[in-house]
Amino acid sequence: MRRALGASAVLVAAGLAAYWWVTAPVTSPDSVLAGLEPDIAAGEQVFYAGGCASCHAAPNADGDARLIMAGGRAFPSNFGTFYAPNISPDQDYGIGDWSALDLYNAMRHGVSPDGQHYYPAFPFTSYVRVTAQDVVSLHAFLMTLPASNELNRDHDIGFPFSIRRNLGVWKWLYLDVDWVLGGDLTEEEQRGRYLAEALGHCGECHTSRNALGAPQRGRWLAGAPNPSGSGNIPNITPGGLDWSVSDIVAYFQSGFTPEFDTAGGHMADVIENLRELSDGDRQALAAYLKRVDAVE
Amino acid sequence: MLIKRSILVAMAAVFAAGTVVLADSHGGNPAVEARQSHMQLYGHNLGILGGMARGNVDFNADAAQAAAGNLAALATLNQMSYWPPGTSTDELGEETRALPVIWDSESMEEIIANATALVEATSAMQAAAGTLEGVQASIGAIGETCSACHRAFRQPNN
Repeated sequence: MRRALGASAVLVAAGLAAYWWVTAPVTSPDSVLAGLEPDIAAGEQVFYAGGCASCHAAPNADGDARLIMAGGRAFPSNFGTFYAPNISPDQDYGIGDWSALDLYNAMRHGVSPDGQHYYPAFPFTSYVRVTAQDVVSLHAFLMTLPASNELNRDHDIGFPFSIRRNLGVWKWLYLDVDWVLGGDLTEEEQRGRYLAEALGHCGECHTSRNALGAPQRGRWLAGAPNPSGSGNIPNITPGGLDWSVSDIVAYFQSGFTPEFDTAGGHMADVIENLRELSDGDRQALAAYLKRVDAVE
Repeated sequence: MLIKRSILVAMAAVFAAGTVVLADSHGGNPAVEARQSHMQLYGHNLGILGGMARGNVDFNADAAQAAAGNLAALATLNQMSYWPPGTSTDELGEETRALPVIWDSESMEEIIANATALVEATSAMQAAAGTLEGVQASIGAIGETCSACHRAFRQPNN
């Protein structure tokens, strides 16, 4: 009896140790950014390709107000409602006191400067693939934007999802740095893949999720229920979208579909970002979409 | 008696099914059909201008002017009867993509601003449609006003 108790105590201790080990937030040392110099113009392109303003600008912000990263936009989900934080360069209310390494750890590891896990409503599952150079440039660009003293709103999340430490398990299961689209890609397709899978995080809306909210890589970009409201986000694999490359590029630039309907919903915000990219990058994204696995 | 009752039930079931099918084949809510047709007319006329703007079709000043005139006329039509309460996605499901927020009183100001912007953008197109450059320069603003409404008030997809 005593031996059985002892054995279970050892098991419980081992389980706790494993939990502690799996859920510990991981960060990188500053050597990952050694020797990198920021390029603000490149950082602006990363800002638009990464769609920062689509979530972090104030709700219904228009025109120049889309450059004020005040946060506050609500993201309803099965787990509760997330609120985008203030990432303007304000020292007290925003991220003005963040180093480039802080931004790197947030984007690549989903970990805050004080060592807390972020919820994957912040698309670090995509940003995990961003280059260190792009983070450094983005950091420099973000610091040029107007400051906002908008107070962050706490997420409205129920137990057990409210325990941030548990997100370590989620990351252990689902945070995957590998590209979704493998194989031999042309240089243009690789650029498109970087824009779509690392910065643009298209899969966050266009890919369906499992019960724990992780994107289903086998149904990559094959459409999903609208995460923030009714209706569906369309299938944009070649199995669902038969537009030509020039149709897709024209849509990215103008928002017009081949039938001259226009982008709506959250995609209207995405178009505003894509419009700021170079023609070459819009071409690359379209080339990538033509290469992903067709899902019916 | 039992047999009669079964036949009655069966007949009622057939009748009920027939009504459903009939209702379906008679199409949906007339107001929804009217506004969707209106949107289609926008799309058709924009397609003529857009095809030329992108160089898919040779520029034809008469056709461009006609399409631009249609857009300007469409933008000024009174749509009040298209949008009766009770015709959102909440009540009609997949028959419509019109979100319930359209009927919130706070939305009215934005809707009127968008409608006014569309009138301005289409009359600018009407003034510019004599040349290819004019069409190319004016079409973007029309798309932005379309998107302004679709962003907040239309369900992403069915």
